[in-house]
Amino acid sequence: MKSAVIVFPGSNCDRDLAVAFEQAGGRPAQMVWHKETSLPAGLDIVGIPGGFSFGDYLRCGAIAARSPICRAVVDFAKRGGLVLGICNGFQVLTETGLLPGALLRNANLKYICKDVDLTVETTDSPFTRGYRKGQGIRIPIAHHDGNYAADAALLGRLDAEDRVAFRYVDNPNGSAGDIAGVLSENRRVLGMMPHPERLADAALGGTDGAALFAGLAEAFAPA
Amino acid sequence: MNEPQITEELISAHGLKPEEYAEILRLLNRDPSFTELGIFSAMWNEHCSYKSSKKWLRTLPTEGSQVICGPGENAGVVDIGDGQAVVFKMESHNHPSYIEPYQGAATGVGGILRDVFTMGARPVAAMNSLSFGAPDHSRTRRLVAGVVEGIGGYGNCFGVPTVGGEVRFHPAYNGNCLVNAFAAGLAESDKIFYSAASGVGMPVVYLGAKTGRDGVGGATMASAEFDDTIEEKRPTVQVGDPFTEKRLLEACLELMQTGAVISIQDMGAAGLTCSAVEMGDKGSLGVRLDLDRVPCREENMTAYEMMLSESQERMLMVLRPEKEDVARAIFDKWDLDFAVVGETIAEDRFVIEHGGRVMADLPLKALSGTAPEYDRPWEPTAPAAPLADVPAIAPVEGLRALLASPNHAAKNWVYEQYDHMVMADTVRRPGAGAGVVRVHSTGKALAFTSDVTPRYCRANPVEGGKQAVAEAYRNLCAVGARPLASTDNLNFGNPEKPEIMGQFVGCIQGIGAACAALDMPIVSGNVSLYNETDGSGILPTPTIGAVGLLASLEEMIAGPAQDGDAAVLIGTGKGHLGQSALLFEAFGREDGDAPHVDLEAERRHGEFLRANHALIRAATDLSDGGLALAGFEMAEAAGTGLALKDGDAGWFFGEDQARYLLAVAPDALDDLLSAADAAGVPAQQVGRFGDAGIALGGSATPMDELKSLWRGAFAAALA
Repeated sequence: MKSAVIVFPGSNCDRDLAVAFEQAGGRPAQMVWHKETSLPAGLDIVGIPGGFSFGDYLRCGAIAARSPICRAVVDFAKRGGLVLGICNGFQVLTETGLLPGALLRNANLKYICKDVDLTVETTDSPFTRGYRKGQGIRIPIAHHDGNYAADAALLGRLDAEDRVAFRYVDNPNGSAGDIAGVLSENRRVLGMMPHPERLADAALGGTDGAALFAGLAEAFAPA
Repeated sequence: MNEPQITEELISAHGLKPEEYAEILRLLNRDPSFTELGIFSAMWNEHCSYKSSKKWLRTLPTEGSQVICGPGENAGVVDIGDGQAVVFKMESHNHPSYIEPYQGAATGVGGILRDVFTMGARPVAAMNSLSFGAPDHSRTRRLVAGVVEGIGGYGNCFGVPTVGGEVRFHPAYNGNCLVNAFAAGLAESDKIFYSAASGVGMPVVYLGAKTGRDGVGGATMASAEFDDTIEEKRPTVQVGDPFTEKRLLEACLELMQTGAVISIQDMGAAGLTCSAVEMGDKGSLGVRLDLDRVPCREENMTAYEMMLSESQERMLMVLRPEKEDVARAIFDKWDLDFAVVGETIAEDRFVIEHGGRVMADLPLKALSGTAPEYDRPWEPTAPAAPLADVPAIAPVEGLRALLASPNHAAKNWVYEQYDHMVMADTVRRPGAGAGVVRVHSTGKALAFTSDVTPRYCRANPVEGGKQAVAEAYRNLCAVGARPLASTDNLNFGNPEKPEIMGQFVGCIQGIGAACAALDMPIVSGNVSLYNETDGSGILPTPTIGAVGLLASLEEMIAGPAQDGDAAVLIGTGKGHLGQSALLFEAFGREDGDAPHVDLEAERRHGEFLRANHALIRAATDLSDGGLALAGFEMAEAAGTGLALKDGDAGWFFGEDQARYLLAVAPDALDDLLSAADAAGVPAQQVGRFGDAGIALGGSATPMDELKSLWRGAFAAALA
């Protein structure tokens, strides 16, 4: 699997995501600086990591979405490329318009870092094919602004199109429809607030995140 | 612009004593300028000069084969093998946090992170030791909320996992909260960066964020007692920008790879003044600065303001001139300021130029090396009166009183606001005992803990000082780590009072004895004095931060306990209830002596745990709350219950030292007990994990009930 991880000046889960890509896919991820205007050739997947891309002093992800590299990421996605945005990466993807909805401040107005229980809502995507539909998994969250906002029409459409990837079992942040992760229309862009890369290694206390990366890697394994 | 005349009021407003001003006149042979007065005040205040504490700090053990660099640099450096080192320090931000909790705490975290990465280490773990006033005091809620949010706001954005710490409440902190921030980083042991400048005519470079008027006079403020004018001190608190700090970290580490850095020093307390003097003093050089070249955020800043500003996220560096282009390109990449603002000079002078005028021209060494030093009078603390009778209490009632107190309740409310998993190496999260973080891409791991029991330190400073070190030692051993070294953050009241100075001296003596006996030298630290308001001081609070090494994760005592495991008590007790948590939480009493520490037993018991880690499923040290609280916490973490054999209040709640509670699988029990026997370590089975309740002898209750009490008590106390 040929992967790249976008690095904004305030990204801080870039290494964590690169480790997860490499562990699953067998080759190091390429780190791509935000001032670049193009992506390396021949990529299978682009990851937008967690962190505070530009300090999040404005709306989270808003400045990152307007950085030179994000134009290349949008083009890549529009050509059918796979894009995974985790936490701040999810916020960036909503700001670019690649994913619908927005992430607001958590309902309790506090930063929350803890493991949460999720349900896998669909296995019909390259990201979730390694899970069972309805499977309960435990993945940590770590965010201040993970409260997914969507109006009734959007929620209806996401449901009808089977585009909710994960839902919270016990909604920690006020997200509409308990949504923890959503897919793009072509099912090749996933944004999620929980951090699968943080529980993809037994030493860290759990491996429920590993199936996401393993599923991706399998899709790109040399035949 | 003309500077104000020097008057007696101005001298006193700078926190300088008349005899200190007389010393300035003697040194200069003339009146100082206003800027010079500000520089002296910044360098000679307690916060920067350690003038009351130096004499005693020198008595602490600071050496050991593991120590690469002890106190005196930005942080201590300790060898962890394979050419790697852990770099760490703990530092207080008490005064600013009380005045402006969010920014005070945030910039405390920022400062300690900078201390670590200034030395070339990437921060990999943070902790915080927090002390607040009574939960129902009018200021406490706002302080707790602001401090916790500030720590999270800074550390989370910067991207360092906060893996441990302490939170306590006591009325003695009503007027002065304590915020002690710890950070540790990893570096290659032959690539540590120090602050001593070398070479004459070398460019002095300003890095990072721009200079504003924030924090002017902060270090002087932090060396004064509070009174009812405290709100007027708000402008002396700095404002943090963790995003800039993150960029500064990355830019500095990149820069250090290029060989461009001769020496580097972060701008912390007393900003540009302190960092420039430090680099010159350590390198026996003078420094000339041209303030017209300092990047400023505000217009018309005076020399005085620039020299005393405590704007955050700034560094000063002495650069190899031939590498200037490479260095500048790195700072451009990260969109940070980079400005050559001066040079090193051969003479012992600190020359400040601004607008074509010399605003200060001082002997540099005198600002630092020969700053005043006091041998303050001190009185040993009188022995505590014997413990009065302790009323009878059903053991389960005693446990409920502990669990319902925010001092002993679950601290999820706090640490869930901190990112404790970023960097994906946290193998033991905060909540109980030491936090453990893997050394990235090696098999090794580091354990971190911070400990002190201030009530003990007040009743018996020497034993209290020992106990803080011993508890840190135990917390490291309880996860299977080998204790390496420690850092001390010494928080006390007004050292000009002999009884306070006596607490300080006693605690240092105890800490020194324990660090020597347990081979945990002090490699860095910080002293915070004058934690008093309207004449009333805090409990003596010498926080010990300690670091241990696990050569591999196999050595870790990971837990949790399992149903059917034997509960084994290591160590012996006499049921010491003086100054205990039970006494304070159940009866509102704080009498009796502190428990005494047998350092030899501490060492033997700790080594026993490490040597027999393979026979131990889970372990916790016994500290305040004794056997009952330790047992509850272990059972809770395991999602099971516990039955302990019967005894009196001293059995369940005594706080005798050098003790651990272990969970041992039934088939390992005999081996463990005979190993203990062979090692001369007292060990006995005292109960069994399992079932859905806690039974303290005949006194029992369902676990679920205690669990919800324990989990909700922190938020409830602050609601």
